[in-house]
Amino acid sequence: MAIGTLPVATRARLPWRARLSELFDRERILGPLFITPAMILILLLVAYPFGMALYFSLSNAFIGRPSHFIGIANFVRLWDSDAFRQTFQNAFVFTSVAVAFKLVLGISLALLLNEQLWFKRLIRGAVLLPWVIPTALSTLGWWWMFNSLYSVVNWTGIALGIFDPPGPNWLGQKYYAMTAVIIVNIWRGLPFFAITILAGLVAIPKELYEAAQSDGAGPWARFWYVTLPMLKPVLAVVVLFSTIFTFSDFNIVYVLTRGGPINSTHLLRTLSRMVGLDSGRLGEGAAISLYLFPLLVFVVWVQLRYVRKQAY
Amino acid sequence: MGRRKLHKRVLMHALLVPFLVFALFPFYHMALTSLKQDRELYDRHAVPLIIKQGPTLEHYGKLLWETEFLTWTKNSLLVTVLSTGVSVVMGTIAAYALARMKFFGVGAFGTGIFVTYLVPTSLLFLPLAQVINWLGMGDSKWALVLTYPTFLVPFCTWLLMGYFRTVPKEVEECAMVDGATRIQALWRIVLPITVPGLVCAALFAFTLSWNEFIYALTFTSSSDQITASVGVTGELIRGDIYFWGQLMAGAVLGSVPIVILYVFFLDYYVSGLTAGAVK
Repeated sequence: MAIGTLPVATRARLPWRARLSELFDRERILGPLFITPAMILILLLVAYPFGMALYFSLSNAFIGRPSHFIGIANFVRLWDSDAFRQTFQNAFVFTSVAVAFKLVLGISLALLLNEQLWFKRLIRGAVLLPWVIPTALSTLGWWWMFNSLYSVVNWTGIALGIFDPPGPNWLGQKYYAMTAVIIVNIWRGLPFFAITILAGLVAIPKELYEAAQSDGAGPWARFWYVTLPMLKPVLAVVVLFSTIFTFSDFNIVYVLTRGGPINSTHLLRTLSRMVGLDSGRLGEGAAISLYLFPLLVFVVWVQLRYVRKQAY
Repeated sequence: MGRRKLHKRVLMHALLVPFLVFALFPFYHMALTSLKQDRELYDRHAVPLIIKQGPTLEHYGKLLWETEFLTWTKNSLLVTVLSTGVSVVMGTIAAYALARMKFFGVGAFGTGIFVTYLVPTSLLFLPLAQVINWLGMGDSKWALVLTYPTFLVPFCTWLLMGYFRTVPKEVEECAMVDGATRIQALWRIVLPITVPGLVCAALFAFTLSWNEFIYALTFTSSSDQITASVGVTGELIRGDIYFWGQLMAGAVLGSVPIVILYVFFLDYYVSGLTAGAVK
């Protein structure tokens, strides 16, 4: 008797709760429910603004004024303007030089970090530091280091006999300014390369090196025929990601040079901000940042096609 | 034999020295400048690498009591803590759904998250500024609380998805066979296992939003609404006169919260970075 009454009583008491919890147990219900908040956020604050950016770029939008559709006139006009062409060229120089240096230095640093070291944790911590500190603030430190009167870089260079006094005016001369901006970008981005490549190095099976060694391969041959081929996937990911983020850099240029002298260090993002916000030409500003779009599409395509496949 | 190994080890350390100097010197110089007396700071014949005439806390004092620095730091903390909290929660449930469940549209949503994760904020800041104005949040730190999740949520989702995949499915299935609902299994079984992942996501989200600059610069401007990065880089420069000691003090203090987290959770930073935490 007692055994029989218990289930009856619960069934009578819990029909809606049981049904509800059963509903929540179904993947077709719970799954969509779980992604809804993120989806709403992305639709309203990423997808919709992105649509607006597309529309802006095709219109003569100006802050606080009604806009009209003008087709691709913004893109054409930009392509003909000296400031934009200069910026476009800067972006390519900046990105290719910085990424190349980060790659070579990153591989070297990762190889060193992979050796037997005394203060492994401490050294890794020090190496990663530039990447964690707020870029805008650390760039301020570099700004001071490149100051025209009190530059510690010049002081050291003169003391070592590298520069003739007074040394270069880093942020006031065209090529020096670009060099300075690139140095700071390398400084900030190198830890990401080194630590990620290090993870790739650690994952290479030791047997491969032993096999290569027993076949008579020296250190250089082992690096060239074992390490590099095994690192290829990691290097591809790192370079792709870094290319996007270097190309769309903002903080370093904004703090260090504001795009000067005479636009020689402007990147797409800093120019886009200047044109779009400071002078209010929203349409043109949006068109400038959309020149970044083809690169982005390419990188996303490569990632989705090759990299993510391995992840699944 | 042992001797050769030792030689090699010493050589490796020697080769690391230039890298370490490159990485650390800017911080050393920043801290040094913030502690120097103006007299020595602006003496062009002084050696810039050391303090000879005694350190001073004058710049720090002025920064804390004569500028709005404390307000900016409070704003930074508020924005960072709120947006991190919201993003980790939204990211966790989205990541769980993506990693574990099959339902209509799951593949498309996964791709969407990934693409959003890659979209640089540069494409969006102009239109977002308009959206913020329509919402009546122009020049308010709440605009940052609203917009930071747009890059934090995709990031957390992506990171946590990897962690959820490492939890064997059998663990939850066992719990569910024993009568737990899916939500109970997630809360009591899966989440405790993935605590390292959650810590990692929270840590990176905190760092990313503390370090964010372009949205903060674009969406806020009044000195009681701006964040530490924007305040230090913008408000401490008055006219053409630079107070370098104070600027460097601001840069040092503005980095302190991140440095503290960093010292305690270094290993999480390293593992998070290699797990695909790239932005």
